[in-house]
Amino acid sequence: MNTSSHEISLTVNGRAVEATVESRLSLADFLRRELGLVGTHLGCEQGACGACTVLVDGRSVRSCIMLAVQADECELRTVESLAPGLAMHPLQDAFHKHQALQCGFCTPGMLLRCLELIEENPDITDEEAREGISSNSCRCTGYQYIVDAVVEAAEQMRQ
Amino acid sequence: MPTVREHPETLNWVGKSIRRIEDPKFLRGRGNYIDDYSVPNMLEVAIVRSTEPHARIVSIDTSAAEALPGVAAVVTGAAAAEVTDPMPDFGPSPDKHVWRCLAVDKVRYVGEGVAAVAAESRAIAEDAADLVHVEYEPLPPVVDWHDALAEGAPLIHEALGSNVPFHRSFVFGDVEDDYAEADVVVSDVLYWGRSGGQPLETVGAVADYDLGSGMMTIHVNSLTFTSFLFMLAGTLKVPSNKLDMHPHPAGGSFGAKFWEVKTAAIAGMMSKVTGRPVKFMQDRLDNIANGDHHGSDRRYEVSLAALRDGTMLSMKVKVVDNYGAYIQFGVGHHGNSLAQAVGPYRMRSIAYDVTAVLTNKCQQGAYRGFGSEVGNWVLERMVDLMATELDMDPVEIRRKNFIQPDQFPYFIPTGNCYDSGNYEGVLDKTLELADYHGWRRRQAEMRAEGRLVGIGICTCQERSVFSATEFWFWFDQPVGVTSSPESVTLDIDAMGAVTATLYSNASWGNSPETMVAQFAGEELGVDPSEVNVVYAGSNQGLPATGPGGSRFTIMVSGAVEGAANRIKAKAAKIAAHLLEANEDDLEWIDGGFAVRGSPDRRKDLGEIALQAHLFKHSLPDEIDSGLEASFVHDHPYTTLPNADRTDLGVFYPFVGHASHVAVVEVDPDTGKVEFLDYTAVHDCGTCVNPRSVGGQVIGGTVQGLGSTLFEEFVYDGDGVLKTPSFAEYLLPSALDSPALKVGHQETPSPYTPYGIKGGGEAGRMMAPSAICAAIDDAVGIRVRRLPATPERVLDMIEAAED
Repeated sequence: MNTSSHEISLTVNGRAVEATVESRLSLADFLRRELGLVGTHLGCEQGACGACTVLVDGRSVRSCIMLAVQADECELRTVESLAPGLAMHPLQDAFHKHQALQCGFCTPGMLLRCLELIEENPDITDEEAREGISSNSCRCTGYQYIVDAVVEAAEQMRQ
Repeated sequence: MPTVREHPETLNWVGKSIRRIEDPKFLRGRGNYIDDYSVPNMLEVAIVRSTEPHARIVSIDTSAAEALPGVAAVVTGAAAAEVTDPMPDFGPSPDKHVWRCLAVDKVRYVGEGVAAVAAESRAIAEDAADLVHVEYEPLPPVVDWHDALAEGAPLIHEALGSNVPFHRSFVFGDVEDDYAEADVVVSDVLYWGRSGGQPLETVGAVADYDLGSGMMTIHVNSLTFTSFLFMLAGTLKVPSNKLDMHPHPAGGSFGAKFWEVKTAAIAGMMSKVTGRPVKFMQDRLDNIANGDHHGSDRRYEVSLAALRDGTMLSMKVKVVDNYGAYIQFGVGHHGNSLAQAVGPYRMRSIAYDVTAVLTNKCQQGAYRGFGSEVGNWVLERMVDLMATELDMDPVEIRRKNFIQPDQFPYFIPTGNCYDSGNYEGVLDKTLELADYHGWRRRQAEMRAEGRLVGIGICTCQERSVFSATEFWFWFDQPVGVTSSPESVTLDIDAMGAVTATLYSNASWGNSPETMVAQFAGEELGVDPSEVNVVYAGSNQGLPATGPGGSRFTIMVSGAVEGAANRIKAKAAKIAAHLLEANEDDLEWIDGGFAVRGSPDRRKDLGEIALQAHLFKHSLPDEIDSGLEASFVHDHPYTTLPNADRTDLGVFYPFVGHASHVAVVEVDPDTGKVEFLDYTAVHDCGTCVNPRSVGGQVIGGTVQGLGSTLFEEFVYDGDGVLKTPSFAEYLLPSALDSPALKVGHQETPSPYTPYGIKGGGEAGRMMAPSAICAAIDDAVGIRVRRLPATPERVLDMIEAAED
């Protein structure tokens, strides 16, 4: 295939990254294959399910339908940034407490989407959380415990 | 009959909603899913998929693909057939509908694999797959069940001589006498559309064939039925003791990874051909079009016979199941239905006629319920129809027919046993939690405003823990396989820390590690959060069957109990020696052995373990070092079918129950079904972790909602798959899903440790019945075809107006 390469520089989880990438390389493949950040998962590879959600400049993005070159000069957050040390992030802790995950495959993308929701709306309600996570598919939980976790995490994070 | 157990009155860990052991790794994005696993020098595979529903393969030109830099091998179906044997197939007469990892000579559905490419990266492999040119000679497609049965229909498999791999009529009890006695017979034609598990993670495998040792090592996210892996070894033409499968957590299954070995076979085959490690990770299109795990696709002609007072006597079922191009599990899905064929009702007899047909669709596999969810829906549809016919309340007709608590163990006409139950208890809890009568009042008010509001109720069974007999009692052979064990090893190290080893790929989104840890906590007096749970490869493994048919929690509870008893037996000898006491005078209490009557004279498990590991020569000669034990737990209650199959024996005996109430409002302009309320009360015996059970119920209900309202693998009349992605195959979102009110009742099983029954398929087994009854009630016309998409609901509203 006839592809061109580009040099990009970006920040991933607080660290500066410089790389040369093929123009057709998706951001998800860049994160998983080039940087080894395999917490970003691929469910449908067409932007429908949201499993590959990451934060680009603070906004949730489906990394399977964004190209790595488009992330040039951007600041990225993946699930690996949530709890770099032993203690989990309050949102992860709330997911754990409420059993807001079963197989865990949608969880990284769901966590980042929920983090965005809470940052936008620290007083998020059940209804707002339910509408907010309707962007991301979860095949296991039926969503209810995720809603519980988001509302409790928001409360924890307000304190 | 199995021994009736006495369950302990107080439990320390079973019954507590502890945090799940498996969650921290998933929450940190460190799940080690199969696509996260890579090895040096690894190639990646892409599949060339058939664009034709039914066609002869005239030629395949791989030259352009092979010439692409980075491509290691392009293997056509014909070439694959030289290095592999056909796929394992549990269906009837597998030689007459031969199934291979890649199609040979002809393709039988859109998406079937025609060739495989291995390259230095997935991107290069996909580029190369696009360069493979396949010339097809199209054949007429066969899509619908009636086309498959038509005189002179094109044959999916010529060797079979027809498109019917299986047909049989069963009669359980005196059906004709019961129909003669009946006052009322209602009948209907019902269609259950094809949906599937569609976990967010597809199926993958990393295979590494070592030419030196002849070992075929395959990492997979699908590993069950380890006793049958010799069949996959046969496909790959390696000795059974040279195949070693290693499980990785599955990102969901819902049945869709039940025995999904084609992906492993393709990866293994490509590794053998290239001499390098190979990863094959399905993409979503592979999974939808070629994943071998579509759900049931059935047309029913059914009738129900009752007395005028509502007493149900008998049912006649004639079902045609459109299996697609192959039939890997035979009609085990119908055996599953027959495990709970009469539901919770005292029906005396049932006739069941099943015809399996082959068509140009992807084949069926497993989907949460394995066909029994369809049986539940059909039965509940008919109970509702009978209630309407007799002008009875849908609640009261159910209550009138319930098997009563003092009738257990109860043998249904097919031969299966229901171990225990209290169905009225569940019903009453449901009505209260749902505020059923309050909703009936509010419904009347809303209807007076012209709103299409409906209420539906169902009362359904959930059988759990299949016996292997359900896969062969359909056939005439006198006896098939009868084993379906689960195993565990418990190892107590010198510090008293516990490691539990599991032998199947138990992690599918259920909570196997949490379950094992809670059982180990209960049996050994340790804190579950400190139990380490690991998974063994199959080559050094013990027999295991894995999750499926809501079996894992019960089966592994028996395995942990058995292994813990062996550990305690050895620990008692050591403790007796250390305490200078007689072994018979010791009692196990609070995680150690104490001298009966002298609680201060005790040795904790940790102290005993230290002695067992490090102080061999302080102990009696006959005590070997170490403190570990394994236990293989076989099915607790199986009996064999009789020769003429009028009694199928006991094959699914731990039977839970649930009642759901759905309150819906239908939009008359769009046909959209909105939930105003939803209640689910379940009884799966003793709940090990109530929060987890609740999660299974809610998630299963939402999957049932998907099957009921919009999920369907649609093939058009030409055999073209119209739903190849999540843009067309619609998963329920959070906004489609109701907030459930969940209740539990606990009626313990007398035959399982702690009285547990399986609950993993719950929800999906009930929701379709409750939702359809609610739609009926809202629009005044019966749902007969699933999914009841907005388009179909609009048609119903129009029909009701006419």
